[in-house]
Amino acid sequence: MAAYIAKRLLAAIPVLLGLSIIVFLIMAMIPGDPATAILGSYATPENVEKLNRDLGLDKSLPQQYLIWLGNLLQGDFGRSYALNRPVLDEVLERFSATLILAGTSLVLCSVLGLLAGVVSAVRQYGWTDKIVTVLVLIGISLPSFWLGLLLILAFAVKIRLFPASGMFAIYGGGDLPDLLYHLFLPAVTLAVVATGVIARLTRTAMLEVLRQDYIRTARAKGLKERHVIYRHAFKAALVSVIPVIGIQAGFVLGGAVYIETVFQWPGIGSMLVNAISTRDLLLVQGGVLVVAGAYVLFNLAADVVQTILDPRLR
Amino acid sequence: MSGAAIAAKPAKKKATGRPSSFRLLINNTLAATGLVVLTLIILIALAAPLLPLADPDVTAPANRLQPIFSPDHVLGTDALGRDILSRLIWGTRVSLAVGISATLIAAFFGSLIGLVAGYVGGRTDNLLMRGIDMVMAFPYILLALAIVAALGPGLINALYAIAVVNIPFFARNIRGITIGLSRREFVDAARLSGKSHVNILFGEILPNVLPVIIITMSTTIGWMILETAGLSFLGLGAQPPQADLGSMLGEGRKILFTSPHVSIIPGLMIFVLVMSINLFGDGVRDVLDPRLKSGALSRPVARTAVKRTDVPEAPAEQDAVLDVKALRTEFEIGGDIYKAVGGVDLKLRQGECLGVIGESGSGKSVTAMSIMGLVPTPPGRIAGGAAWLEHEDLFALSDERIRQLRGSAVSHVFQDPLSTLHPLYTVGYQLTEAIMAHQAMSHAHATEKAAKLLELVRIPNPAERLKAYPHELSGGMRQRVCIAMALANDAKVIIADEPTTALDVTVQAQILSLMNTLQDETNTATLFITHDFGVVSAICDRIAVMYAGRIVETGTTEEILANPAHPYTRKLIDCVPVLGEPGRRLDAIEGRPPVVNRLPAGCAFADRCPYVQADCRSGEIPLTELGRDRAVRCIHPLTGEGPNV
Repeated sequence: MAAYIAKRLLAAIPVLLGLSIIVFLIMAMIPGDPATAILGSYATPENVEKLNRDLGLDKSLPQQYLIWLGNLLQGDFGRSYALNRPVLDEVLERFSATLILAGTSLVLCSVLGLLAGVVSAVRQYGWTDKIVTVLVLIGISLPSFWLGLLLILAFAVKIRLFPASGMFAIYGGGDLPDLLYHLFLPAVTLAVVATGVIARLTRTAMLEVLRQDYIRTARAKGLKERHVIYRHAFKAALVSVIPVIGIQAGFVLGGAVYIETVFQWPGIGSMLVNAISTRDLLLVQGGVLVVAGAYVLFNLAADVVQTILDPRLR
Repeated sequence: MSGAAIAAKPAKKKATGRPSSFRLLINNTLAATGLVVLTLIILIALAAPLLPLADPDVTAPANRLQPIFSPDHVLGTDALGRDILSRLIWGTRVSLAVGISATLIAAFFGSLIGLVAGYVGGRTDNLLMRGIDMVMAFPYILLALAIVAALGPGLINALYAIAVVNIPFFARNIRGITIGLSRREFVDAARLSGKSHVNILFGEILPNVLPVIIITMSTTIGWMILETAGLSFLGLGAQPPQADLGSMLGEGRKILFTSPHVSIIPGLMIFVLVMSINLFGDGVRDVLDPRLKSGALSRPVARTAVKRTDVPEAPAEQDAVLDVKALRTEFEIGGDIYKAVGGVDLKLRQGECLGVIGESGSGKSVTAMSIMGLVPTPPGRIAGGAAWLEHEDLFALSDERIRQLRGSAVSHVFQDPLSTLHPLYTVGYQLTEAIMAHQAMSHAHATEKAAKLLELVRIPNPAERLKAYPHELSGGMRQRVCIAMALANDAKVIIADEPTTALDVTVQAQILSLMNTLQDETNTATLFITHDFGVVSAICDRIAVMYAGRIVETGTTEEILANPAHPYTRKLIDCVPVLGEPGRRLDAIEGRPPVVNRLPAGCAFADRCPYVQADCRSGEIPLTELGRDRAVRCIHPLTGEGPNV
């Protein structure tokens, strides 16, 4: 298993390089003089010149990329002009908040999605199945940013059950219960769409598996139906749902952009939106790179879990 | 739009066969609702300039934040006093236009990449698909954010960004289909006829790929509208004074607590729009997905449904372990009823091996699977008859009682041991599980017993093998494991459904001799299903020959092999190659068995029978006794004393 994980980690390196090339090329796409574009038209000539030098814009594109990559590898993501601090410091600080939010959501949507999918498949065409199917359809059509606003109106304004925004109380907060209290609404909002997708695919996977010969064997052995469903069918279905959960990690990390803005969660999503508005492009670049890198690792983890579950993949 | 065009056609009810695509779509209430709502939204959006609406951009600070149902403003006004209803309709226009444009751009470039990659293959394919993989390695909306960051906020830039991140979905789907198509004969033919690659790609392949492009569009357009609205909500899409639904929601958010309607209304509109698209899109996909049409995705329940119209009386004295009387099993598919088993009697005595033989489709496997309720429901059901296991009518028992009997009193060995063993559990797990389902014992004790069972079926090194997964064993080994599983709880009856068919010939012989030996050792009764007379003669004491869901001949193996009475039996025996007789003619049976939803009158074999006579084609041909344990369903049997005609 260790050898397999090492192999997968090595295979992730070209993907990470590819990500960095795409991000680099997007930033090279900026129309006009990049330094002026980044600093705005009121920038002093000295600043423009300094930035040009910082970005190595006098060199060829591949050279620029290599220099930039070299800097990244040394942890130098540049400085945020708006915040006047190193990009990496800001990004990591913000990213930890996003991880708490997105991680919770991912756990929520996996558990709820798998559960709903299994129940729906087992009671195919029954009332539970119909209700789950309609809820799933609603869930994947809901604009999450709007749902967030509705939940704030309902649970923070009408019945004051949860706070409307922030990660910790301004006075006297900062402990775990306070965090969970603030986490609840945004995490639920963020989980809704992914729950729908996972539930839907779990249902299909379960229906597919329940038709397999080995399920008939399990029944022919006289196993209890619950055992057949949860041990035999669910495990096999899980193998095909795990990669989907890996992909949902991407939707959750991306969706965090909206939810963090709605709930003013101090994560990397709201940071990115602010940075785009203030044209703080190095901050955008750093943020995108770190989140994309984390997503690659998420998917790698999903692959490893799948391999642990399925001996045929070893 | 195409949906509306389809809707104009009258829904004709077809008498037979699969329902038409349109009927499936309209019968799908959700999809039909989606179509209606979507059409309505599109019509209103298109008619916006003609409707008596206030100017969406005229501000009226005196009238700001009017509530819903104000006299002049049905949906109220926003923070600048603009009429929300008017802005909503105009905003929907923008959102729809942006969503559709983004979809078309993504579909165009994605399909182009997919077509080229799939058709050209090789390094081009590799390069293009690696690029697509890279784009997909980004969390969905993040790449769009990076693009907007570079290009600057704005509706058109948001549109490009959303289109770009959706290109991979099209490229991947289209490439997959294209690869399959470019290896097909019609493409080869076009190539040989001297058509250029461009001609082939767009003239031959593209028309075949079009449905997939449409499906992908219908499933992604909802997201694209949602995501462009999202970018506008964040202030990165539509910039004032231009407004789409997303930016309206974003502006309203600032006054959420005081005037919630300003943000709730556009959000609701996005939701309804996306939901109607998704409902309709799902409907389209389901209709175009052939698996759903035949109902194949239905989940079989734990036990075959029993809906008996006739229940035979229990026999006065029980001389058999398993006594099947007048068994009828049916499948209901698309309104048609297939009588797979049409009244079968079988008697299985202790220690005996009864072979049930017939072509595929003769109903032999369905007969065997009916006994313990393992015929999939839906679509199968037991429609009549009874099966007594000693004194219990298996079709009258509770589900729990059946579960207790399965794998203990009656166990099964199936055809393909690779697909019948669970791929994710070790052999040991699956064996101990079978033991512990019926015997209260510790896990360690069960493992010990499992090893003994493997030893019993002649698997060397059993303790080691318990840790193996099915895919790590050979086909023969796997079938030995299945047999061990069937022996785990001292079964009275083993139902073996073509247990050797999926195996190599030499392995077949080993498994047969193993089953033979075990039968002698354990004195179990075996119901052995096969299509091969060679196999039957090696293991069975008695034979029942099945054709079109009924037994056409029974007797001891020797008698039937020596003097087959039914022409069908004769033909089946002639199909078996005999070692040392290379000159013997191998007859295939001409024609095909009749379809069991429309059986002809008289003998079902008449159309293929070389000795057919006029009276074979009418009336009910009974199973006639020819002697003790010997009977034939033929009015002109080949040998022996025939019935009086």
